[in-house]
Order: sequence, then structure tokens, then C-alpha cells
Amino acid sequence: MLQSSHDLALLLARFQFAFTVGVHIVFPAFSIGLAAYLAVLEGLWLRTGRSVYLDLYRYWVKAFSVVFAMGVVSGLVMAYEFGTNWAPFSRKAGPITGVLLSYEVMTAFFLEAGFLGVMLFGMNKVGRGLHFAATCLVSVGTLISMTWILASNSWMQTPQGYAIDPATGSFMPADWLAIIFNPSFPFRLAHMGLAAFLSVAFAVGATGAWHMLRARRLRAPVTEPVKVMFSMAMWMAAIVAPVQMLVGDAHGLNTLKYQPVKIAAMEGDWVSEGRAPELLFGIPNMKTEHTDYAIGIPLVGSLILTHSIDGKVPGMKDFPRDQRPPSPVVFFSFRIMIALAVLMAGLGFWSLYMRWRKRLYESAALHRAAVAMAPAGFIALLCGWVTTEVGRQPWTVYGLLRTTDSVSPIVLSNIELSLTAFVIVYVLVFGSGLGILMRILSRAPEVGEHDASETPAGEILGGRAQSAAVRAVTDDGV
Amino acid sequence: MTGLAYWLPVVWACILGSAIMIYVILDGFDLGIGILFAVERDRLRRDVMVQTIAPVWDGNETWMVLGGAVLYGVFPGAYATLLPALYLPIVLMLLALIFRGVSFEFRILTRDGGRAALWDIGFMAGSGVAAFCQGCILAGVIQGVTVSNDGAFAGGPLDWLTPFSVLCGLSVVCGYTLLGATWLIWRTSGDLEIFVRKLAPALAACLFVAIVAVSFWTPMLHAPYLTRWTAWPNVLYVAPVPVLVVALGALFLMGLRRAHSRTPFLCVLGWFFLCLSGLAITVWPYAVPPTLTLWNVSSPPSSQLFQLVGTAVLLPIILIYSVYSYHVFRGKVTEADVHH
Repeated sequence: MLQSSHDLALLLARFQFAFTVGVHIVFPAFSIGLAAYLAVLEGLWLRTGRSVYLDLYRYWVKAFSVVFAMGVVSGLVMAYEFGTNWAPFSRKAGPITGVLLSYEVMTAFFLEAGFLGVMLFGMNKVGRGLHFAATCLVSVGTLISMTWILASNSWMQTPQGYAIDPATGSFMPADWLAIIFNPSFPFRLAHMGLAAFLSVAFAVGATGAWHMLRARRLRAPVTEPVKVMFSMAMWMAAIVAPVQMLVGDAHGLNTLKYQPVKIAAMEGDWVSEGRAPELLFGIPNMKTEHTDYAIGIPLVGSLILTHSIDGKVPGMKDFPRDQRPPSPVVFFSFRIMIALAVLMAGLGFWSLYMRWRKRLYESAALHRAAVAMAPAGFIALLCGWVTTEVGRQPWTVYGLLRTTDSVSPIVLSNIELSLTAFVIVYVLVFGSGLGILMRILSRAPEVGEHDASETPAGEILGGRAQSAAVRAVTDDGV
Repeated sequence: MTGLAYWLPVVWACILGSAIMIYVILDGFDLGIGILFAVERDRLRRDVMVQTIAPVWDGNETWMVLGGAVLYGVFPGAYATLLPALYLPIVLMLLALIFRGVSFEFRILTRDGGRAALWDIGFMAGSGVAAFCQGCILAGVIQGVTVSNDGAFAGGPLDWLTPFSVLCGLSVVCGYTLLGATWLIWRTSGDLEIFVRKLAPALAACLFVAIVAVSFWTPMLHAPYLTRWTAWPNVLYVAPVPVLVVALGALFLMGLRRAHSRTPFLCVLGWFFLCLSGLAITVWPYAVPPTLTLWNVSSPPSSQLFQLVGTAVLLPIILIYSVYSYHVFRGKVTEADVHH
């Protein structure tokens, strides 16, 4: 299959980018959701005066500091990787995507970094109002950041507002509003924002559920902060998961309009037809132009995509072979995302039912399910990105600049070396980071939680120096 | 070339130069503190050292992201040529910065655990390697890059590795260490302050030698570089640079001897300012020496103008709240601030 070392170098460069950006995106998504959650907690504390919100704030802000640091350092890589590995792309699209990235740095990254110090260490140095303002600014920064990078990404998906320089082939910005508010941007923005909130809701919910299960095992009472975090997370799951499905549907319709071949690849459809089935399973074969072992529900494919059973859905055969994305990848990534969405909404409804039955804090089955679904949001989010990015292939700028023409003239051995180094370092560093995060969260939030700036490390990580009262109820003695 | 097409890249070169300068100075002292872990083994003192930068290092590193983004948006030709040319040192620097950034956070959290020593090593090694790579990258740009007719990188993967780049790498390591040491003189007290005060003169001597070596070597790299520094009447404009370097050295020693807390740090900042300005004067107006100028590599005026409007508004605001965040955490940090 691989004709030359160029093809292999391209494949490895793509893999390196996918790997580094895939690891990276988890942290900003976590930060977006968690910063908003922290702002809500601090706001509730200031408004109601209930110390449980302050306890939760102080508990989660420690996790936030770890997540944020991992986001900063993994994001730094992205700012340079466009140039190192995708030089021709950067040269041609930089006048547009580079400018949007610069705006992201100036409006968001500095805002987040500038007020993060106050947020983490400043509780005792500035007033309450100012500290709350810092938390809100960090949260707003994460949202602004998402907005710019999605404008840039969406422009690559549905480019407009540009002219092409005949001499160099570069994209010249002609209308900035058209560039930023390109057709897929609002949908992608809403979809990603909700995905970030949902991912964090499930991480928070799982943490709460885990502590309730532990308390039950120890026959100890469940503390107020644990209950509140679980309850808040389950409200989010019950409300946001269904909304996310509606937004996802709208996003899909937008894709159908502007990138029909992506939809055909996601659905494993080869022939354009009305009354199309929705495939639950199948293995799309790019060579034989057929989806093998297909199991489908009649008519539903047309119904989902066109909201009418007679609606015509696109097929990959409508498009030349060299313009089709690799269907096997997006077919499955899309289905995993959908399956997780259904499970997440299901858990949300289950929690509503348990809340109505007044057994939200008692149902061990619900808690176990919540713990099992801790990474569900993040996995769905990654699958969504795989779907939209692999679905954009074989282009970097859709329909205009091919991926194969976008890659840097880097010798193969260099990419092999850098890819290996990235994988080793990322597994080591972010694996450890995940371990530390889990240890932070494995300690139950206390009533009267310490401020991050005054907590000895042993306490942040649990197991060593918890106060006697709390130890009596929560510590299992290990 | 019309007025706008000429002046926009010039304005942007000044902004980019300032951003790089701010980055080097800010991240310089916090990388220096990592390097100083090599000579300061005491846990308590290490905690104090780290605490002086804990609230601000994220912001410091953001200037490097800004540098990359501005290069990408305003000088895409340089971004797309220099980064592939400097692939290995850039990747190595990024990996080192990852190690250092997370080690920094993790060591605070694992302070009492067995892994803490491991993260200390990560912080130290990551800081040192990142500093060395930054020197190599700087040298790689100054000594020039082979490009094809269409401006793409056309050299080999190890072109950047020369005796000159190794010298620059070591110089930056030395400079950052001195910057870190003088930062600690300003921001700490007691034994730690005394320790770094004793360390500072030797570091300053090393840096001075390095500055002299780089200053004499650089003009030998390309003929235009030499002309820039020796031709009449250029020499009149550039002569104050070496004079000021020596004057600041004298002020530095005086500040150290008279136990000033801030003077040594400010003098080293001055050195960095002069050195970077000197290098900028040398390579001007090339973005990718020795072939591509600023105007060869810049994006269309519509990109530069749109970005300039935002920058003119945002950069002053960024500077104001960055200063505010330093202000909140001002004053000397002591062991009592770290351990309760």
C-alpha cells in the first residue's frame, strides 16, 4: 500500500499529530468543564454562604491545577507542531489559521494563565469578590479559547471568506467575519462545549459515586460534599445529555449539507438512495465499495439524516475514490460516540427516577454505573473528533488542500524518532498525571476542606494526615 | 512595495521581538530555578524556590505560545521553513518543557511521597535541556538555513548542530541560571539568599565570557553580519551596545556587594535585553537568514492588519493584568509560606 517513504512519513506525521492533539484535547475539555463548575461552586458559596460549596471548590481546584498544567504543556506542542510537521499547510493557511490562533493566545491563554495564580493561591491574599472574579475569568478564558480554535478548525472543514493567491497558492483572508462564522462553526462550538461539560459531569459524578460506595462498604455516613457533587453531576447528565443529542443531530445535518461524503463514510453508505437503512454494524470495505456483514434497521437511516423516511442519503460512490475518507474508521468512531451518548442519557434518566424515588444517595447499582461511566464523556468526545477529522480526509482544508500536499519535508528517521519520543514521554508523564489525579480524587472531600495553598501535600493525596474526625468516618485504614 | 506592505512586517517584527524578549526574561528565570536544583539539594529550600514561581509560570510560558502563534499568522513563510529546519531541537525542547511543567506541579503534590525525588530530577533536567535547546534554536536561525527556490527548507536534519549552536546552547543555560539566581536573591531570604549571592559572581563571569565569544563569532558567520557591526557609520549606532554590557556588569557587581536585592536581577535583565537586541540588529532584515527577508515570508496585509488591531488593544491589557498577578504575589517567600 505504501508506495514510498513519503507515504510512510505522511502516515507517521498524521499519527503523531493525532496522538499529540488527542492527548491534548482531553485536558482543555476537562478545564472548560471544571472551570465552569468551579465558578458555579464559588458563586453558590458567596450567594448562599453554605460551606459545602466552598469545600467542594477547594476539593476540585486541586484537580484543576493538575489538569490545567497538563493542558498548558501539551498545548505548547500544538503551537509548534503545525510548523514542524505541516509546513506547506502552515505556509498556505497560516494567514488565516495562524491569525485565529494568535487571537486565541491573546484573548484566552493569557487570561487563564494570568488569573490562575490568584485562583489557586490567592484565596487568602485578595478579597472574596476579587477571587471569584479570577475564577470566572479563568472559566471565561477556557470558553474563549474553545471558540477561537473551533473557528479555525471549522474553517478547515467548511472554508469560506478567502481568496487564493495565484502566485503562491496561499489562502488570503478576504472577509474575517465569514471566515470565523463559517457554516459548521456554530454547530461544532455548541457540540464541543456541551461535550466538555458532559465529560466533566461524568468525571465528577463518578468521583461522588465512588466515595458513596466506599462509605457504604465502611458502613460510614456519606458526607454532605459528596452528596452535593453527585447530585449536581446527575442533574447535568439528565439535562445536558439529551440536549447534546439534539445539537449533535443538528451538527450532522450541517455536515450532510456541506460534507456529504463524510456522512456517507460515517454511515457506511455506498449508493445514494431514499428509504435508506441505518446500519448498526458492518465493515465498510474501501476496495470492493461495499459494507460487509451489514446489519441495519430499515428506513431509519433516511429518517435520521433527512428527518423523512423517503429522504435521499448520499453514497460514497457519488464521489471519486480519491475524495473519500476512510470509512472503516469513521463508521466505528461515530457508532462508539452514539452508543456512549445513549448510555449517558440513560444514566441521566435513571438518576432522575432515583431522585424522584428519593434513593439517589442509596442506590448502589446507580453508583456503580456512574463509576463505570467515569470516562464515557471523554471517550465520546475523542470519538467525535476522530469522526470529524478523519472524515475531513483526504483534505486538510476541505476540498482545497490535500493532506498529502500539506506535510513537511522531514526525513523519515526524524519522524520515527520524534513519534517514539512523544509516545514514551506522553505515556510516562500523562500516565503519572492521571495517577496523581486519581489519588487526589480518591481522598474524600472533607467538611472544612483546606485551601490548596495551605494544604500539606500528604493531605491533598490522602492517606496520611486527615483530621481525626474525618478519619473516623471515611478512612478505611489502608 | 507600498507603504503598508513595507511597514506592517516591520511593526510585526518589533512586536514579535518584544514577545520573544519577554518570554526569554520571564521563562528564563523560572527555567533557571529548575537548573539551580542541580546545586541546591535541600528539600525545604527547593520548595521555597519553586514557590516563588508557582503562581506565575503558566503565564510566563504563554509568551512562547504567543511567539509561535504570531510567527504562524504573520510570518508563515518563516514558520514553515524554520520549524522543519530545527525539527529535532524544537521537539526536544517541547518534550523537555512538558517534563518540567508537570514535574513542577507533581512535585508539589507528591511532596511527602517517595516519587518526589523523581519529579525533582524531571524539573531540573527538563529545565536544563529546554534552555540548551532554546540556545541551539536561536543559533540555528542566526547561522542560517538552506532553502529551495520556493522558500521551503531544503537542508539536512542536523544542519543546526554546529560548534556555534552548542556554544549558544551553553550560553543560554548559563544566562538562565544567572537569571534564576538573581531572581532568588530578590525573592528569598536567609540561607537560600546567601547561597545564591555567593553563586552569582561565578555565573556572571561565565555568562560574560559567553557573551564575548558569541559576539565575536556571530559576525564571522555571514558577510552582511560583519558589515552591520563594522561599516561606517553603523558602528556609531551599535557601539553603545558593548559599552552598556560592560557598564551593567560593573553595576551588577556593585549591587551584589552592597546587598541590593533587586539590582543584580535588573542588571541581568539588561544583559539579556542588550544581547537579544544585538542579535536582532545583526540579522535584520532577515527572517530566514541568509536568504529570506521579513517581506518574503509575511502573510498578506489583510492578515497582518486584522491581527494588529486586536494586538494593539489586547497586549496592553495582558501586560496590565500580568503585572497585577505578579503584584499579588510580591515580597520575599520564606519557608513559613511553604510549610504550615
